[in-house]
Amino acid sequence: MNFLLSAFAFIFDPTNWLGDAGIGARLLAHLGITVVSILIALVLAVPLGLLIGHTGRGRSAVIALTGAARALPTFGVLILFVLIGINFGAGLSLTPVIAVLAVLAVPPLLAGAYSGVEAVDRETVDSARAMGMTEWQILTRVELPLALPLLVGGLRSATLQVIATATIAAYVAQGGLGRYLIEGIQLRDYTRAVVGAILVAALALLVDGILAVVQKLVVPRGVSRGATRTTSSTGMTARRPTRSPDATRTPVTEG
Amino acid sequence: MIEFRDVSKRYGADLAVEHFSLQIPARKVTVLVGSSGSGKTTLLRMINRMVDPTSGVVEIDGVDVQTVAAVALRRSIGYVMQSSGLLPHRRVVDNIATVPRLNGTATPAARERALHLMDVVGLDRSFARRFPAELSGGQQQRVGVARALAVDPNILLMDEPFGAVDPIVRSDLQQEVLRIQRETETTIVFVTHDIDEAFLLGDQVVILGTGGHIVQQGTPEEILAHPADDFVASFVGSDRGKRRLTVSTRAGQGDDRVLVDAGGYPVGVIAAPGGKLSIADASPRSRSISNKTDQAGDA
Amino acid sequence: MLWLWNNLGLVLGLTADHARLCGIPILVGFAASIPLGWLASRSGAARGILLTGFGILYTIPSLALFVVLPVILGTKILDETNVVVALTIYAIAMMLRGTIDAFGSVSGDVLESASAQGFSSVSRFWTVQFPLAGPVLLANLRVVAVSTVSLLSVASLIGSGGLGYLFTNGYQQYFIDEIVIGIVFTVLLALVFDTVLVIAGRILMPWNRRKLVGTAALRTPQRNWVGA
Repeated sequence: MNFLLSAFAFIFDPTNWLGDAGIGARLLAHLGITVVSILIALVLAVPLGLLIGHTGRGRSAVIALTGAARALPTFGVLILFVLIGINFGAGLSLTPVIAVLAVLAVPPLLAGAYSGVEAVDRETVDSARAMGMTEWQILTRVELPLALPLLVGGLRSATLQVIATATIAAYVAQGGLGRYLIEGIQLRDYTRAVVGAILVAALALLVDGILAVVQKLVVPRGVSRGATRTTSSTGMTARRPTRSPDATRTPVTEG
Repeated sequence: MIEFRDVSKRYGADLAVEHFSLQIPARKVTVLVGSSGSGKTTLLRMINRMVDPTSGVVEIDGVDVQTVAAVALRRSIGYVMQSSGLLPHRRVVDNIATVPRLNGTATPAARERALHLMDVVGLDRSFARRFPAELSGGQQQRVGVARALAVDPNILLMDEPFGAVDPIVRSDLQQEVLRIQRETETTIVFVTHDIDEAFLLGDQVVILGTGGHIVQQGTPEEILAHPADDFVASFVGSDRGKRRLTVSTRAGQGDDRVLVDAGGYPVGVIAAPGGKLSIADASPRSRSISNKTDQAGDA
Repeated sequence: MLWLWNNLGLVLGLTADHARLCGIPILVGFAASIPLGWLASRSGAARGILLTGFGILYTIPSLALFVVLPVILGTKILDETNVVVALTIYAIAMMLRGTIDAFGSVSGDVLESASAQGFSSVSRFWTVQFPLAGPVLLANLRVVAVSTVSLLSVASLIGSGGLGYLFTNGYQQYFIDEIVIGIVFTVLLALVFDTVLVIAGRILMPWNRRKLVGTAALRTPQRNWVGA
């Protein structure tokens, strides 16, 4: 427990927050790497995921991709990218790290976007089309709003993944809260390692908590009201929105 | 007038509709009735180009629908389906106003019109701010009808709109449709598998066999009086005498007369003018007047 | 490739290590998630506590958990128990929601009719609910197995990551081949685990043979803590 106490003492000492290698700078670097990687991944994954969900084409490719991505050891892929970067003269820059993090964030975002659209009741989409909505209007006014909760779910997974991988990226690159962990392990300064562990865990929990709130907020009110109504009337079996009990489960059970 | 000329639709190797021709008169209710696999929904969806025929022509007032942009066509035609298909994330009033908004009507005007339409379909205005999930199935269908009427369409397509609501509510909704049709003189094409519903609503009833083959078409009276063949006779139930009614010798109250079908079940009462309505001889075997539940099973 | 040939003994030894270090968390995680899932599918309060608790633990990045556990468990930092415990926690966290869903997916009618036939609640669970939930449980277990195999390599930073050693060592030597071999062997090991689970599923659940041919594990979303 001494290590925990000394770690907290370190964290609550304001002087440790300052300077280039202080907590403040590393926290900002960690957040910066995370945000940039996620933004790149969002730009790549979300339009593609929405398109796949809307057209139904390429589903199996996404499923295979997310499955394969799960089997890849992120640590190994990270080091591979960094070494390739060095071979191409990038040195120990952040570019290969951000590239790897963005690539890792793509599968969960893709899956969130496509399964979100796919979970929208087909009858709702059919009737929107029958009313004379264009495909674009169906996508932006019907499918996207209804897909947002699952899409943000994908964002949560991706963000957690990136925060965790950015931590181990400190092994091969400067910056980020992972530096405390790596330095602590390498210098056998256990307090320092625990400092890193606490800060990284706190950051992950905080960001995930914020995204969890966002996820609740983006549930369209009509849908959440429907869901609550069902819960109260029929109990535990119906925790899902009324209109599409099967659709929300699609990614799990269709296999 | 809507006209189908030698229309076929194939899905891969399956023929959903084969060489189908039909004229649907304007300002009347035409009901396409048949069991599943008769292609009735496919035919209905050809009118607003939700389905395009593999061959043949569908015309509205002499214009081939293929020459009209699908989106524009659909916005001019009302469509009501079995599951109301309402947008779950929009309030009732905004659901009804969807198409006028798409067409560029300003929001306040579209909402005002939506509220008016709620009156038309018999839905209290207090529901305007609710979400679809907060309505009963019957109320959702009323919203569906109001939404379909929002652009004042000349044509209203209804695909088993009341299939999922309970019999009493269904009966109310059917009466609403008849009333609305009388008031607006909209051309309605209605698809159902329920022959009673077809006879109740249809000025013209088209009985479909498999692949969109027309077994018989005509007014309900014509079909009932002269079923074209055994299939129709069985479909409308006249083969088992359910439609052949006689006045019972068992007395009603006063001058009322009880009607019984060939199976001996009392199906209704002819009320004497000025006399009291009553179901005479209300034995446990008494049936409801419309025989609806029995017919649904037969169809 | 020459490097692989010269170091085959090392690579195979690391692979065996990797399999052992992953095998325990996968099996323990699966075994633990069954009573927990059963509990959570019966009580809303237990469900909330378990899902939230494991959701929070799952959120902690692995390296941080590897480093903090010694403080809590009183183990040495290089002790591989830390890694096994951390991976077990992740395995339970990943399994739990799926397990709850799996037990919930068994139709109430089937359960009622089993009770009506006179099954006690315990025997009903083992003879009816558990086997019928099997396919969903298996799909989840496959996800957990594959994820655990790939996650373990991070532990090489604290000295017990199985094949992850090839990553740290390869980085120190700036030797790309070694890293590629590490990745390939990790993926192969994940495939072996997955295949073993599929075959076990076919043997144990013959009534479900046809359905299992597909890619059930691959289709299960990585995480779905919507309510956690």
